Amino acid sequence: MRHLMNPLDFSVEELDKLFDLANRMEADPARYAHACEGKKLATCFYEPSTRTRLSFEAAMLNLGGQVLGFSDAASSSASKGESVSDTIRVISCYADICAMRHPKEGAPMVAAERSGIPVINAGDGGHQHPTQTLTDLLTIRSLKGRLGGFTIGLCGDLKFGRTVHSLINALIRYSDIRFIFISPPELKVPDYITDMLTEKGIAYEEVIRLEDCMPDLDLLYMTRVQRERFFNEEDYVRLKDFYILDKAKLSAARADMLILHPLPRVNEISVEVDDDPRAVYFKQAKYGVYVRMALILTLLGIEE
Amino acid sequence: MLNVGKIEEGFVLDHIEAGKSLDIYHHLKLDKLDCTVAIIKNARSNKMGKKDILKVECDINTLDLDILAFIDHNITVNVIKDGDIVDKKILVLPREIHNVIKCRNPRCITSIEQGLPHIFVLADEEKEIYRCKYCEEKAGNSSAW
Repeated sequence: MRHLMNPLDFSVEELDKLFDLANRMEADPARYAHACEGKKLATCFYEPSTRTRLSFEAAMLNLGGQVLGFSDAASSSASKGESVSDTIRVISCYADICAMRHPKEGAPMVAAERSGIPVINAGDGGHQHPTQTLTDLLTIRSLKGRLGGFTIGLCGDLKFGRTVHSLINALIRYSDIRFIFISPPELKVPDYITDMLTEKGIAYEEVIRLEDCMPDLDLLYMTRVQRERFFNEEDYVRLKDFYILDKAKLSAARADMLILHPLPRVNEISVEVDDDPRAVYFKQAKYGVYVRMALILTLLGIEE
Repeated sequence: MLNVGKIEEGFVLDHIEAGKSLDIYHHLKLDKLDCTVAIIKNARSNKMGKKDILKVECDINTLDLDILAFIDHNITVNVIKDGDIVDKKILVLPREIHNVIKCRNPRCITSIEQGLPHIFVLADEEKEIYRCKYCEEKAGNSSAW
């Protein structure tokens, strides 16, 4: 039985297959509308996450399956002190596949070890969020036509941003990628990542101003400066508006550059940018559903 | 010069970094064994300057060499039988260690899940880096059990 804990659990070849399937689903959704009929997805969310949970649920419903679950720990047996191991054993009796989000790092792996059904890590604290990374990769591959051979700018909170670290780790498996890290010194990408890039001979630059690299970028990945990552409000307020993408900054970008964002956005991308054809973050949300549909079908071992 | 007598059956752990013998004593849970243990600290060593030595008189199957390798794989392990060295064990870094050290990451599932072992996996053999199986926290940031 296969689970998904980490975006690197799948080889590049397996990801290619998964993304091909997701693209076929996008092209002909009706063909897959009954693919999971009679199957149930359990969404076990020990902390709230509207987008990820709804994306998983939409994916299963699009495949003709059904959904059950809980959306915060208070409404689950965890509030009575039940362990993750016990919960997943019980859920395994009710559903065919499980998507789990948990504030504790490694909780979905504990579930996978004890589970009778495939488990998908839907985010475990600041550790991994593999389906976000798969969403990012599918978006880039679908809209750029390739994964590799580009310069990607990653902007915002690069220190605490789990999605950014995951995306970097996933992208370095492809060839000819150059990274430009755009962040205030306080939120720089951790040394272990830049050390790893140096060791592997992968080109990267660190810049402070978004304007300094805009014309070089094929892709711009914006991230939110998250309030919960800061120890005090003062630091958060000082840094949150540091990097706001607006029309003026975007004027220096290439005509075919793509702007991605894992969402939710607060104000790091001005709403005036939303109508620009280069802004693909809402399309990205759509690709998030397709990639989860492909993942559910693959992990359930259902043939097309 | 202090003289400690020979042992008949057991282990002599030689070339222990000076000052580390008591840590090893506790990690190997030698305090729980009903056997003779000699702890020699700061012995003169041509190779190391100063070193510690542990002599343990016990059944040779009682020692967990994986734990020893994790703590310091440069330790020499002499197996003694009938008063003579019959084998020298080469310590290799174990792929996984169970319940030797505790993950100190407060966000790790091991901090709340009942009955879950603390497992560390060898992530980088060259740099001798172990990471928590669940949260990937480095072992250097983790505490002894």
